[in-house]
Amino acid sequence: MSDINAGGWRPSMGEAGDAKFTTFSGDYGLMLEEALSFELGSSDKCGVDLDPADRAPVSGLNKFLRKAAPGLPGLTEPETVRHYTRLSRQNYAIDLGPFPLGSCTMKHNPRLNEKMARLPGFADVHPMQPQKTIEGALEVIEQLADWLITLTGMASVAMSPKAGAHGELCGLLCIRAALDARGEKRDVVLVPESAHGTNPATAAFAGFKVESIPATPEGRVDVAALKAKLGPNVAGVMITNPNTCGLFEPDMKEIGDAVHAAGGYVYCDGANFNAIVGKVRPGDLGVDAMHINLHKTFSTPHGGGGPGAGPVVLSEALAPFAPLPFVTRGADGSIHLVEEENASEGHAQAFGRMVAFHGQMGMFTRALTYILSHGADGLRQVAEDAVLNANYVLRSCEDLLPAPFADSGPCMHEALFSDAGLAEGFTTLDIAKGLIDEGFHPMTVYFPLVVKGAMLVEPTETESKAGLDRFIGSLRSLAERAKAGDQSLHSAPHFAPRRRLDETLAARKPVLVWKGEPGIPGTPSLSEIGGS
Amino acid sequence: MRYLPLTLADRIAMLAKIGADTVDDLFIDVPEAARLAGPIEGLPAHASEMAVERHMSALAAKNMSAGSAPFFLGAGAYRHHVPASVDHLIQRGEFLTAYTPYQPEIAQGTLQVLFEFQTQVARLFGTDIANASMYDGSTACWEAILMAARVTRRGRSVLSGGLHPHYGEVVRTMAKFTQDDIVSLPAKMVADADDAAVIAAIDDKTSCVVVQYPDVMGRIPDLAAIAEAAHARGALLVAVVTEPVALGLIEAPGVLGADIVVGEGQSIGVGLQFGGPYLGLFGCREKFVRQMPGRLCGETVDVEGKRGFVLTLSTREQHIRREKATSNICTNSGLCALAFSIHLTLLGGEGLARLAGINHARAQATFERLTRIPGVSLMNDAYFNEATLILPRDAREVVRELADRKVLGGVSLGRLFPQGEGLRNGLLVAATETTTDEDIEAFALELEAVLEGASA
Repeated sequence: MSDINAGGWRPSMGEAGDAKFTTFSGDYGLMLEEALSFELGSSDKCGVDLDPADRAPVSGLNKFLRKAAPGLPGLTEPETVRHYTRLSRQNYAIDLGPFPLGSCTMKHNPRLNEKMARLPGFADVHPMQPQKTIEGALEVIEQLADWLITLTGMASVAMSPKAGAHGELCGLLCIRAALDARGEKRDVVLVPESAHGTNPATAAFAGFKVESIPATPEGRVDVAALKAKLGPNVAGVMITNPNTCGLFEPDMKEIGDAVHAAGGYVYCDGANFNAIVGKVRPGDLGVDAMHINLHKTFSTPHGGGGPGAGPVVLSEALAPFAPLPFVTRGADGSIHLVEEENASEGHAQAFGRMVAFHGQMGMFTRALTYILSHGADGLRQVAEDAVLNANYVLRSCEDLLPAPFADSGPCMHEALFSDAGLAEGFTTLDIAKGLIDEGFHPMTVYFPLVVKGAMLVEPTETESKAGLDRFIGSLRSLAERAKAGDQSLHSAPHFAPRRRLDETLAARKPVLVWKGEPGIPGTPSLSEIGGS
Repeated sequence: MRYLPLTLADRIAMLAKIGADTVDDLFIDVPEAARLAGPIEGLPAHASEMAVERHMSALAAKNMSAGSAPFFLGAGAYRHHVPASVDHLIQRGEFLTAYTPYQPEIAQGTLQVLFEFQTQVARLFGTDIANASMYDGSTACWEAILMAARVTRRGRSVLSGGLHPHYGEVVRTMAKFTQDDIVSLPAKMVADADDAAVIAAIDDKTSCVVVQYPDVMGRIPDLAAIAEAAHARGALLVAVVTEPVALGLIEAPGVLGADIVVGEGQSIGVGLQFGGPYLGLFGCREKFVRQMPGRLCGETVDVEGKRGFVLTLSTREQHIRREKATSNICTNSGLCALAFSIHLTLLGGEGLARLAGINHARAQATFERLTRIPGVSLMNDAYFNEATLILPRDAREVVRELADRKVLGGVSLGRLFPQGEGLRNGLLVAATETTTDEDIEAFALELEAVLEGASA
């Protein structure tokens, strides 16, 4: 349809996926296969030069000694570098193109963040060093905490949770501790249908019963239904705002007031904070606790599935219950780390400890670096551009792909489409896999559950207009092909390191570890999959 | 701003396409009262790369880095040398800036790494299988206890007194909210691990016993004896490993009968980072697979018959099962798992065994020298690379005075166990392959001076 990339490189292939000829190696030019490290390595190889130990084990250790070294083959450094570099080329990544995953905010990861996190004063510091040798580390935590508190308009922040879901847990445990302090046993948490799976899972994990709240036809929380469920057994409500349909919940304050009047607390899932950072403070909307994914809004890298970080901002009502450890600033300006050792100094209500040590320091340095780079003005621009980009995608595709809530007004940071109206037998999955052939990572699919065949597109603010135009062109082309009944979509992707994989087989007969002997290829043989 | 590609002209053109006059028209669902008119007050404006670097470097300079002083801290976080190629490879954008591998056709790099990682962890731990990582060792420990309760349908867990106190605190904190019954045995400054007390505490209601190996004071419990006693009463043994390098020298917990083995993988490839991000390791018997928390990567084939990898058995997980999931965990420690896997690939099993031997030898040299100081004795004679020294006075003060003398001389038991009776004079000291003879001598001289009461 478009000739944007007419002069670009294309593999010269015959019929989709059919090579015109086969190579001896199994590789095709720069399309490289890679065997498992266990198939490549051997027990007599090592990529680290180590002299033998200069003494025998102490006698007390004798009965504990291993009979043999662990059965793990080694590789030399050149082989190791090549193995992982070849593997890396089978990954899509933000550095290659847009990652339009709704609810996940995959924005550019600035490299200054990486450089700062690797300064020896941050990277090579032990969590249990004496406090006077780690004042800079405590200052990083304190400065980041101050930014998060100010940006959200909340009273305090618990910094130690290790990821978003861990932050949710922290917030719900604060709610539980606050209820215990009031001597109340409330055991129900209300969760909207459109919530992330982590919300009900977290509530159950924290010992609550979960009750679901329906959505309105406009894609928002049904306030009347929510109010009808409030009562003396309701500990609180978990709301995502902006919600997972990409819409702001305009009745947030009203919901909060009603929940508070009924004696409950408001938890806000902050996964979508990127849409409002610097524009709206959750504290002004009656929120009691909200986690912030530093790996979403504040650009710390996803790393193929972590690590993240999930600090939780808290209202006055919940602040006293924040878990240990935390940092405080004394009247003289000095910063202290409060842990078990000195917890009795006026922090008796802390609900306990969620992690060993102090949290995700490496992510704090990256997030603080990012925040200082943008400043208060830049962060506001981040939210505006993220929302602008999402609305641009929405209005550029809604004529071809149904957007169930397009008439509800502007979307926030993500645009929601559905697969209604494609030709018989064509679904969201075909569009998603077709995007892979177009050179894009698919959007979030089949979520939120309130829309059948949902496609949730979050461009983020770090996509250029030209880049969005290319993505929109591809999405429109795929929608046209799916409406026209183009059967080749069913077998997409054709141009990826792997074609569609058999997930049923993987679940029916789980193979979770390699069972071969080191250095001896397992199945299939090397010649079938190529190798280096 | 350098991270924002839209130009003013772009914004105007896009607003026109959308049919909005200003960007604020896109925020109309936000009640007027909640909308901020301009940038939040009291916070600085944007800054150049150079200015931010200056600010952050000044903060970093206020810390005494482990490499800048004789360094002997362990207690669940260890300073090992990480080969340069590890950090180079994890910074490749295709790994660093990739998402969770939910689209397997374009995530085979991450997925194959996870499959290799799971295999490495299982072989290191001596378990049938392992998952694709947890947040850290302490949270993995709590998840193991929950899993044991699901498997045995019992709700009582016994924690050895040798379990890292932070791990114990995490478990007790979580159990407060879930009504699991936790029995915590006391930490004692004695030569042997508390195997007998753990075994004595097992009853017919016990779902699992949780034993650290080597334990927090450096002692090595007899896992085989504890496993036998636990299995006789229908309970599981959860072994906790906070120093995986030890498994190059001492027998794998799974081989000794542990049913679930969890741990902290920070020692291999990850670095200290002031306590995080770290790497939770989780291995267990294959028959428990559907009760496991966290992501699992499995082998399969594509439609052309080529071997490939996918995330599998997801019906255990929150994004499918919601409130009935085995855990609420979503994001884990993928990049730390990659670092661990690369470092272990470089070492191989034989290399790890050699590295472990060196660690143990450096610890021997350290304790031989330090116990020559009058009034200083070694609590335990079986240790890997960390053991407890008994000092003639409160070790917390000694650690602070050593820091004044530019020596990072271990972790006091008083800081780890603030309520611990009779532990005040205990000092936990670790050595690794990074410990030089000069470090040991400097530590010894300064410790002598501190104990003699000389002023710095």
